[in-house]
Amino acid sequence: MNKNIKVSTKNLDFYYGSSQALYDVSLTFPSNRVTALIGPSGCGKSTFLRCFNRMNDLIPGSRMTGEILFDGQNINQPSVDVVTLRSRIGMVFQKPNPFPKTIFENVAYGLRVNGIRDRESIQERVEESLKWAALWEEVKDRLHTSALGLSGGQQQRLCIARALAVKPEILLMDEPASALDPIATQKIEELIHELKKDLTILIVTHNMQQAGRVSDFTAFFYMGKLVESNETQKIFTRPRLKQTEDYITGRFG
Amino acid sequence: MFLSRTSREKIIRRLFFVIAFVSIGTLFLIFLFLVLEGLPIFKEVSVAQFIGGHYWYPTSDPPDFGIFPLILASLAVTVLSAAISIPLGVMTAIYLAEIASRRFREIAKPVIELLASLPSVVIGFFGMVVVAPFLQETFNLGTGLNLFNAALMLAFMSVPTICSISEDAIYSVPKELKEASLALGATRLETIVKVVLPASISGISTAVILGLSRAIGETMVVLMVAGGAAMIPGSIFDPVRPLPASIAAEMAEAPFRGSHYHALFATGIVLFLFTFCFNLIADQIAHKYQQTGAATL
Repeated sequence: MNKNIKVSTKNLDFYYGSSQALYDVSLTFPSNRVTALIGPSGCGKSTFLRCFNRMNDLIPGSRMTGEILFDGQNINQPSVDVVTLRSRIGMVFQKPNPFPKTIFENVAYGLRVNGIRDRESIQERVEESLKWAALWEEVKDRLHTSALGLSGGQQQRLCIARALAVKPEILLMDEPASALDPIATQKIEELIHELKKDLTILIVTHNMQQAGRVSDFTAFFYMGKLVESNETQKIFTRPRLKQTEDYITGRFG
Repeated sequence: MFLSRTSREKIIRRLFFVIAFVSIGTLFLIFLFLVLEGLPIFKEVSVAQFIGGHYWYPTSDPPDFGIFPLILASLAVTVLSAAISIPLGVMTAIYLAEIASRRFREIAKPVIELLASLPSVVIGFFGMVVVAPFLQETFNLGTGLNLFNAALMLAFMSVPTICSISEDAIYSVPKELKEASLALGATRLETIVKVVLPASISGISTAVILGLSRAIGETMVVLMVAGGAAMIPGSIFDPVRPLPASIAAEMAEAPFRGSHYHALFATGIVLFLFTFCFNLIADQIAHKYQQTGAATL
């Protein structure tokens, strides 16, 4: 097994009831790299992303076959402890979704549910995570006010801090900047650059420029199938398939 | 038509005003009547004696008008029924909103709401002929018509209200919040306790208060199953006489405009103040927490 591969899928099929959403997807994700998943709406890229932390389990009638190897272990089997898995694979959602609690409590939540009780270490980890997410300077004087008072961009960085606090090995990002203005988007993108030193990142995006800017690898999905995947630079300059080129240059999708 | 459109508009506006005035005015007059008929009793006994007096013997000579045992009975019945109905109602709501399959929820929810429409006399009857003999035999009591029976029956009446409104509140917690919690490695239970319940606390509080205010003002059930003894209860198996039961039982035999009659109206004022406070608290809570549920943009 290649040591640099953090996670990979093998022949992954996914069904919502009787309709198939993913067809035979095999893809590898190198450690400490950002991989962008692109494709038109409904192509299955978000569904694919949510396979990794088994978030799709929550959807009644959904079914997944094939393998997802995470550090060599198949996580698509009933014996896997989903709760532990999710603390190792963090997720940032499309819309900022802070809890209606204080800023501090939002970040501390993940620590508390993962069994950290000691007040001092919680405080340290909260500060560390907020610094990591480049939010500390903006919120350090109002940690104990409601998180809902933050701007959209700040809320999203808080959600990233919240995910980072648990110290995940992989961060799944589902269009994390789609609800944000350009300045907030830029901050998130800078943050992604910083984060890949410590984590493996999978990011779903609709924004081609964003994929070009932040990712090392890009995978193009269409109609539930993986069409093409390669280094971002190659896929954006010399795509193998006409379909990929058409999508990237904005001729369809 | 002879009338111009603007004058028709005026007439319609006045008509609505008159209708609104009549319904609100009537309610106000009833309230005024309640106060006017109740106040004369305080010429005979002081407010403190009336509220704090331990003896309610309105027909003896000289009569005793102390409604403290009745107030205590009402409070005891309400508190005990709350202790039964709040956990039952809220936990059922959590089960339906978060744990049960969608199909079960779609069947169970209307059924529970249907239970809220059971006439109180039916519940009272059930308490009298089924629960009372059972209590009497099981606990070897003098009578099965007592505080506990009344509290149990009132709890049955409030559970549907508490459950149905709480369920709406819990169900409307955004999916994004639950996913955020689960994605951090929280279990389903942790998610419910630490995220879903706090986010829906305003709805749940409203549900509880509405359910309890139904219980505290309820007359027929307590009249039928509380036992009717106007004394301070020593245990939960003692018969009691809550405020509404006392009014309903005695009004027919109280001499018109006599002191007993006035005392019953004054009891009504006290009861009104109780339910009024309940509704005021419900309103306050609903306003206070209104914004906390919405966390997404």
